[in-house]
Amino acid sequence: MKDLLGDIARWRAAGERIAVARVVDIEGSGPRLPGAAMAVTESGEVAGSVSGGCVEGAVVGEALSILDGTTEPRVVTFGYSDDEAFAVGLTCGGTIHLFIEELAW
Amino acid sequence: MSDAPIFDRYAALIEAEEPVALATVIDGPHVGAKLLVTTDGADPIGSLGHPELDRVVGRDALAELEAARSGVRSYGPEGQTTPEDLVDQPTIRVFVESHAPPPQMWIFGAVDFTAALARVAKVLGYRVTVCDAREVFATKRRFPMADAVRVTWPTPMFDELGADLTPRDAVCILTHDPKFDVPAVQGALATRVGYIGVMGSRKTHAKRMERLADVGLTSEQLDRLLSPIGLDIGARTPEETAVSICAEIIARRTGKMVPSLKDSTGPIHS
Repeated sequence: MKDLLGDIARWRAAGERIAVARVVDIEGSGPRLPGAAMAVTESGEVAGSVSGGCVEGAVVGEALSILDGTTEPRVVTFGYSDDEAFAVGLTCGGTIHLFIEELAW
Repeated sequence: MSDAPIFDRYAALIEAEEPVALATVIDGPHVGAKLLVTTDGADPIGSLGHPELDRVVGRDALAELEAARSGVRSYGPEGQTTPEDLVDQPTIRVFVESHAPPPQMWIFGAVDFTAALARVAKVLGYRVTVCDAREVFATKRRFPMADAVRVTWPTPMFDELGADLTPRDAVCILTHDPKFDVPAVQGALATRVGYIGVMGSRKTHAKRMERLADVGLTSEQLDRLLSPIGLDIGARTPEETAVSICAEIIARRTGKMVPSLKDSTGPIHS
């Protein structure tokens, strides 16, 4: 999260709403450890990353749907090994669990 | 700017490199509820929805923070943790995110390898302190990448700050000078530090081990030393040697068995 603080401060000063996705758990080979984070603004600006780049696009979509009220804050899962997983996969074959919420705490 | 009091405190502590753990309910009632835990003795900020849950998670978060671990933990709605108490209870999953201060690396000896090692250690996120008793060599100008440069002998340095060293930290002794190496090794062995590496050729190493035995250190104590320092990757330049040392630190931490110079024989530069 540390590397996102500068962007988050700038966005908040500009009055932007922000969603934050954090890696909370990984199974198998995961590229980023729990705690890795990505922030997305309402206008679609992005900072940070939660994988080697494989799922970032899908995470932006999830983050925007949190900000527009379509989905509630929740854990989403990306990976090959989970039937419930999104169509987006990780090339390393692992599974990552992300918690996505609005930064309003 | 939107109101975010917990985030403001959390961001300020991270920027100041103060230890802080953030617990978030990710599954169960009150999804998104937060508890911010610090090590300064202050009460946690926020709540996960039940005072007993807050108390138990606060306690666990401090332990996770001490170990610099982040991960998901499961509880009952009132903070239950034992399997018997959790039977027939809904489970609340809490993500604990630890922000521990950076690990430390102390480098003894302001030699040509020191600058390269300090640079590589900075890449890995260490807080680097260079220590040498010779004030012409131990200068901030020669080691601008170090967080601190101290002109002192090892013994006062360990007496003053040795208790702060943890298993996440590293001590690298690069001096090759017995009158500096011996007290540096003695000082490091009296701490909880996770990695103690000592530089030198096989011959220097053998002589040093004799001197260390002479001052009363046992072979069990000396077994903690990684000496000669580094992995056996054929490093020659200061930069390559710095990579070999940092790679050994990572491998020891992760428990990987890769050849260390300590475990082989023959010339180091073959």
